Amino acid sequence: MRIALLAAAGLLAAALGSTGAYADDGHAPNPPREKWSFAGMFGRFDQAQLQRGFQVYKEVCANCHAMKLVAFRNLSEEGGPGFSAAQVKALAETYSVKELDDSGSEKERPARPADRFPPPFPNDKAAAAANGGKAPPDFSVLAKARTYERGFPWFVFDALPFTSYSEQGVDYIHALLTGYEDAPKGFEMPGSGYYNKYYPGHVIAMPNPLSEGQITYPKDDKGQPVVPETVEQYSHDVAAFMAWAAEPHMMARKALGLRVILFLIVLAGLLYYVKKQVWKKVGGEVHGLQPELHKTY
Amino acid sequence: MSSAHATSTYVPKSRAAKWFESRLPLVGLVHSSFVAFPVPRNLNYFYTFGAILIAFLGIQIVTGVWLAMHYDPSAANAFESVEHIMRDVNYGWLLRYAHANGASMFFVAVYVHIFRNLYYGSYKAPREVLYLLGVIIYLLMMATAFLGYTLPWGQMSFWGATVITNILAAIPVVGDTIQSLLWGGYSVGNPTVNRFFSLHFLLPWMIAGVVVLHVWALHVTGQNNPAGIPIKSSKDAVPFTPYATIKDVFAVVVFMILFAWFIFYQPNYLGHADNYVPANPSVTPAHIVPEWYFLPFYAILRAVPDKLGGVILMFGAVLILAFAPWLDTSRVRSCNYRPVYRVFFWVFTANAIILGWLGAKPPEGGYVIASQICTAYYFAHFLIVMPLVGLFETPDRLPGSILETVTGPGKQVSGSGMPAGAAAEPAKRG
Repeated sequence: MRIALLAAAGLLAAALGSTGAYADDGHAPNPPREKWSFAGMFGRFDQAQLQRGFQVYKEVCANCHAMKLVAFRNLSEEGGPGFSAAQVKALAETYSVKELDDSGSEKERPARPADRFPPPFPNDKAAAAANGGKAPPDFSVLAKARTYERGFPWFVFDALPFTSYSEQGVDYIHALLTGYEDAPKGFEMPGSGYYNKYYPGHVIAMPNPLSEGQITYPKDDKGQPVVPETVEQYSHDVAAFMAWAAEPHMMARKALGLRVILFLIVLAGLLYYVKKQVWKKVGGEVHGLQPELHKTY
Repeated sequence: MSSAHATSTYVPKSRAAKWFESRLPLVGLVHSSFVAFPVPRNLNYFYTFGAILIAFLGIQIVTGVWLAMHYDPSAANAFESVEHIMRDVNYGWLLRYAHANGASMFFVAVYVHIFRNLYYGSYKAPREVLYLLGVIIYLLMMATAFLGYTLPWGQMSFWGATVITNILAAIPVVGDTIQSLLWGGYSVGNPTVNRFFSLHFLLPWMIAGVVVLHVWALHVTGQNNPAGIPIKSSKDAVPFTPYATIKDVFAVVVFMILFAWFIFYQPNYLGHADNYVPANPSVTPAHIVPEWYFLPFYAILRAVPDKLGGVILMFGAVLILAFAPWLDTSRVRSCNYRPVYRVFFWVFTANAIILGWLGAKPPEGGYVIASQICTAYYFAHFLIVMPLVGLFETPDRLPGSILETVTGPGKQVSGSGMPAGAAAEPAKRG
C-alpha cells in the first residue's frame, strides 16, 4: 500500500512536469549495431547458432536467470534451434520438476518435453535474496523488453522497408555482455556492482558472466571448435537464442508476411484497374439518381 | 432516414422480396444508403478513410473477440496469458499483433479523417451533428485504446493505468469516486484489470452504435467534398455503387499493405519495450510514455504546472473540437478557397505534430517551455484564429458547380472524355 502510494506520488510528479521522477540514464553510449541472420524481411534463425546459444544459456545464464515461459518441447518446434524430439526428451529428463502426488504431498519427477524450464530459484523472493536484493530478470521475453533510444531521424528509418531495424534489444544484450570494463578514472563506484559501459547508469549487479574458453563448443572433423570460443561469440550466440525465445514464431511470421503483402499488392493492382474502368464511364447523365428528391444545401 | 430513403430506386422483384420489403424495407434502406446514394464526383482519396475506419472497427472486433477467448483478465495471469497467445495459440501471434497494430492503424486513419474534415470544412452547417457524432466516436476510441493497452499488464500497462486514473482523481467533487470505481480498490490492481477488460469489451459496441448514427447523419446531409459546395445537379454526383464502393475497396486494400507491414515486419515498433516487462508496482519505469496517438494530449497535460489545470486543458483539447462548427465564422467550407486560413491549417497541423514529439520527451527544461507555447497555440487556433480569419479573409471565387472543378469552367462533359484520375484529385489549389 505504502509502496503503491509512493509510486503513485512519484508518477504524478512525473506526469505534472517535475524532473524528480525522471531517472538518469547515465548517458550510456548506444550499443553497436550487429549483424544478425534473423534481421530483415528474409531473416532466418541460424539453427546451429541457436543450439550454441542454448548451450550458453544452459551452462551459464540458467544458474541465475529463469526462462519460465519456454517449454522443453519448444526446442524441437519448427523455426527454432531444431533439436530432435528424442534430444528434447533426453534433455528434459535431466531436469526435475515438482508436483503434487495423489496423497497431496510434493514430490519430484523427471521433466517431460511439455514442461517449462524449471526456474533456478523457488520464487522471486529467493531469487532476490540470493542475488543482492534484486531477482535476475526472466529470459523468456527479455530480448523484446530491452531497447535503446534511436532518436530522430533514425526512428523514422527504422520503420521503413530496406532500412527497417527491430533488433535493438538483441544488440543491447550483446553490447551489455561484452561491455564490462574497468571504471574510468573519476567514476565513483558504489560498494557493490560492476562497471558496464552499456548499462544505464553503468553500475550493474551482475558480475561479468562470460570469459574466453569458458564453454566448450562442438568440434568439427579436425577436432577444432566450429566457431571461436570467445566472449564475443558466446555473447552473439546467447543473444540470438534469446531473440528466438522471445519470438519463437518469428520465421513463420516473416514467411507469411511476404505472401500476405505480395497478395495485397497484386489485389490492389487489380482493384485499381477495375476502379479506372468503372470511373471511365462517368460523364453526362448519371443513372440511378433522382436529384429532385435529394435535398441539397 | 427519410431523406436517404427517398432516393431509393430499389424495386423488389420476387414475391418473397416484395413480401419482406412491405413489412421491413431493409433492403431498400441498404440500397438507398450504399448503392443509389449520390456522392460528389470530385471526392479524392482522403474521402476513403471513412471506409478504412469501418474496416478497422471490424478487424478490431473480430481479432478482439478471438483474443478474449484466450486472455485471462487477472493481475496474476494477464501477462502470461498474452504470452500464451503469442506462443501456444494457433496463429495467436497474428491475432495479437493484428489487434495491437490495428489500434495504431485505426488512429492513423482517424487522424487523416479528422484533418481531412478540418481542411475541407466538413464540420460546418449542415453537418454539425454528423461532426459531433464523429467527436464522440473519437472520444470512445481513445477510452477503448487506453483500456486495451492496460490489458497485457506489462510495466507500461500498469503505470499508464496509474497515471491516467490519478489524473481523473483531479476532477473536483466526483474525482475520487471515479478513481476508486475504476480501481475497484485503493490502488491499481486485480479488480482494475477485471473491470478494464469488461469495459474494453463494451466500448467497441458503443462505437459501432455511434458509427451507425454517424453514417445515418452522413446520408441525411450528403457528403461534403473538396470544393465544399453542395451537389446542385445530377451531373455533380455519382451513385455510391459502383463508383465510391470500388474506390473505397481499393483504398482499404492499399491501407492493408501498410497494416501488414507493421504486423509482419515491425510488430513492436509502435509499442513500448517496457510492456514486455511484467507489471511491477514497486518499480517505476524511467520514462512513462503513452501510445503515440495520445502524445499531443500528454504534452498538453504536462505543459501545465498544476494538476487540475493540466487535466482541464488535456480534456479541453479534445472537447474544443466539438465547438469548431460555431467557432469558424467563414461561410466558405473548403480550404482550397481560403488562402489565409489554409496557411493557419498547416501551421495547426505542424503544431499538433510537434506537440506529439514533445509528449515523447522528458518533461524538463526547454521541452516544457516548448510544450507550453504549442499548447497555447493549439487553443489559440480554435479560439482566435478560427473566428477572426473567417471575419477578415477574402475567399477565392468558388466554382459554379462540382462538375466545374472536375472538367474546368464552361466545358461540357462528354461520355468518356473525363480522365479517370481527375475525379480523384482535389482542385489544384491546396
